[in-house]
Amino acid sequence: MDLFLHQALAGLATGSIYACLALAIVMIYAAINHLNFAQGEMAMFSTFIAWQLMQWGAPYLLAFVGAAAFSFVAGIAVERVLFRPIHKAPVLSHIVLFIALFAILNSLAGFIWDYNVKSFPTPFGSRSLFGNGLVSSHDAGMMGVAFTMLVLLYVFFRHTRIGLAMRAAAANPESARLAGVRVGRMISLGWGMAAAIGAVAGIMIAPVVFLDPNMMTSILVYGFAGAVVGGLTSPGGAVFGGLAVGIIENLAGTYIPYVGRELRLTIALFIIVAVLTAKPSGLFGRAIVTRV
Amino acid sequence: MPAALLETVGLCAFYGATQVLFGLDLKVGEGGVTTLLGANGAGKTTALRAVSGMVQTTGDIRFCGQSLAGWATEDIVRLGIAHVPQGRGTFVSQTVEENLKIGAMSRRDRAAISSDIERVYGYFPRLKERRKQQAGTLSGGEQQMLALARALMLRPKLMLLDEPSFGLAPLVVRDLFEILRTLNRAENVSMLLVEQNASLALDLADRAYLIETGRLVMTGAAQDLRNDENVRRAYLGY
Ligand SMILES: Nc1ncnc2c1ncn2[C@@H]1O[C@H](COP(=O)(O)OP(=O)(O)OP(=O)(O)O)[C@@H](O)[C@H]1O
Ligand SMILES: [Mg+2]
Repeated sequence: MDLFLHQALAGLATGSIYACLALAIVMIYAAINHLNFAQGEMAMFSTFIAWQLMQWGAPYLLAFVGAAAFSFVAGIAVERVLFRPIHKAPVLSHIVLFIALFAILNSLAGFIWDYNVKSFPTPFGSRSLFGNGLVSSHDAGMMGVAFTMLVLLYVFFRHTRIGLAMRAAAANPESARLAGVRVGRMISLGWGMAAAIGAVAGIMIAPVVFLDPNMMTSILVYGFAGAVVGGLTSPGGAVFGGLAVGIIENLAGTYIPYVGRELRLTIALFIIVAVLTAKPSGLFGRAIVTRV
Repeated sequence: MPAALLETVGLCAFYGATQVLFGLDLKVGEGGVTTLLGANGAGKTTALRAVSGMVQTTGDIRFCGQSLAGWATEDIVRLGIAHVPQGRGTFVSQTVEENLKIGAMSRRDRAAISSDIERVYGYFPRLKERRKQQAGTLSGGEQQMLALARALMLRPKLMLLDEPSFGLAPLVVRDLFEILRTLNRAENVSMLLVEQNASLALDLADRAYLIETGRLVMTGAAQDLRNDENVRRAYLGY
């Protein structure tokens, strides 16, 4: 029983990172109706920025905040420079641009910092919490950081003016404009926030998966699985989906023979396919209530 | 005719390469109500969208003497021009009250916003009962009230109303026009009104235009159009 609980808790820890990434994906999807395939690479690049700042002697906290701030600004720049000019272009143009961004960030990181795997520090230490090596103090800290961020975002979207403006702009841009919402700014803000959320997720998971230009590839797949489970349009659903995927992944890896470590990624893909088949709008997809 | 609050001069509008409006000269007086009549597809909605900066236009649009050419919708709204679009533009996943707050998004006076929310609830008590309800679950008529209420949250000088009576029961339409009349008389809100119910529209309006396929075919005092033989036959049905 203890083993089960500890495995579930460990799953919840990685799940909190998937939840952050899923949320970032959903935020951009809400703003521009496209899936950001480069979300993981953006997070990876941000993590390298934090690492670089620490190499230059910055303390952890400064590197953390600096990388998040850099990512916020860079996210806005990516939207303004790359995506705004093509916002009316068809889906395929967007996909091509996302893939280009993915490839550019990946090779740029490889070019600047090389492809050797680097270790990444954690401020929480790496003690084993229950003596069986399943949940570490870093896992606990990572969960704490992720949950704090998610709660702050919830409060922001539910209870602030700008949060409401962002929701309005995403839900009905034309009507939002008529109410005076500066929709373009809200979309930029959404990109900046999504990039910063990704940065935090990357910095938190880097001590676990280690730092290299491909560190986020599989995490992104889990993030997508979480977002799809949640239904792509629901931020709360994305968080739930990310957490669920983390727990399922860990439990399946432990209890289903043959899955082990190697086949875990398959589980994410299996979840995506299963959800899309059974309930195409996801578990929390917007039940569109319209009346004519 | 009082001084013009809104005036268009040679207004043309385009959807891509397709021209839809051809040189409209429209006027809304300060404190006045102007109505636009015309068949389906005549360009009434497009004329309102042109004023809100939502379509490509040529010609001039002046509000309080200031040219709006090249202005973004968000900035036009900030001048006090509230557009109640055809189809209502409800934020369906947000609550009724959030919809009202969205309507006040261009304002920063928090205390006044709260008291304005209570004020529009005074006009539309039904909305108050449903304040916490998801707006998408409101009936069509309630959503129409919400659209009007949302526009009022802007404290508009001018309202652009696109078929406010669409889909409403006759009795509700009467109430709605009473509210519009009150807003106009008591709160000095000017209106540019597009309406299928020409009879009610002409009652409320002081000035009227008839457009056919994007061109003005008749202009005058609302009373004159009401008495015109052709308008009566085509739009009033008697
Ligand atoms: N987005 C668009 N793209 C291309 N053409 C359009 C677009 N919207 C409207 N039109 C065309 O412009 C013309 C005027 O349309 P508009 O919606 O202004 O008419 P309307 O007078 O409001 O009609 P109704 O009474 O049916 O609402 C129509 O011929 C319509 O087909
Ligand atoms: Mg119309």
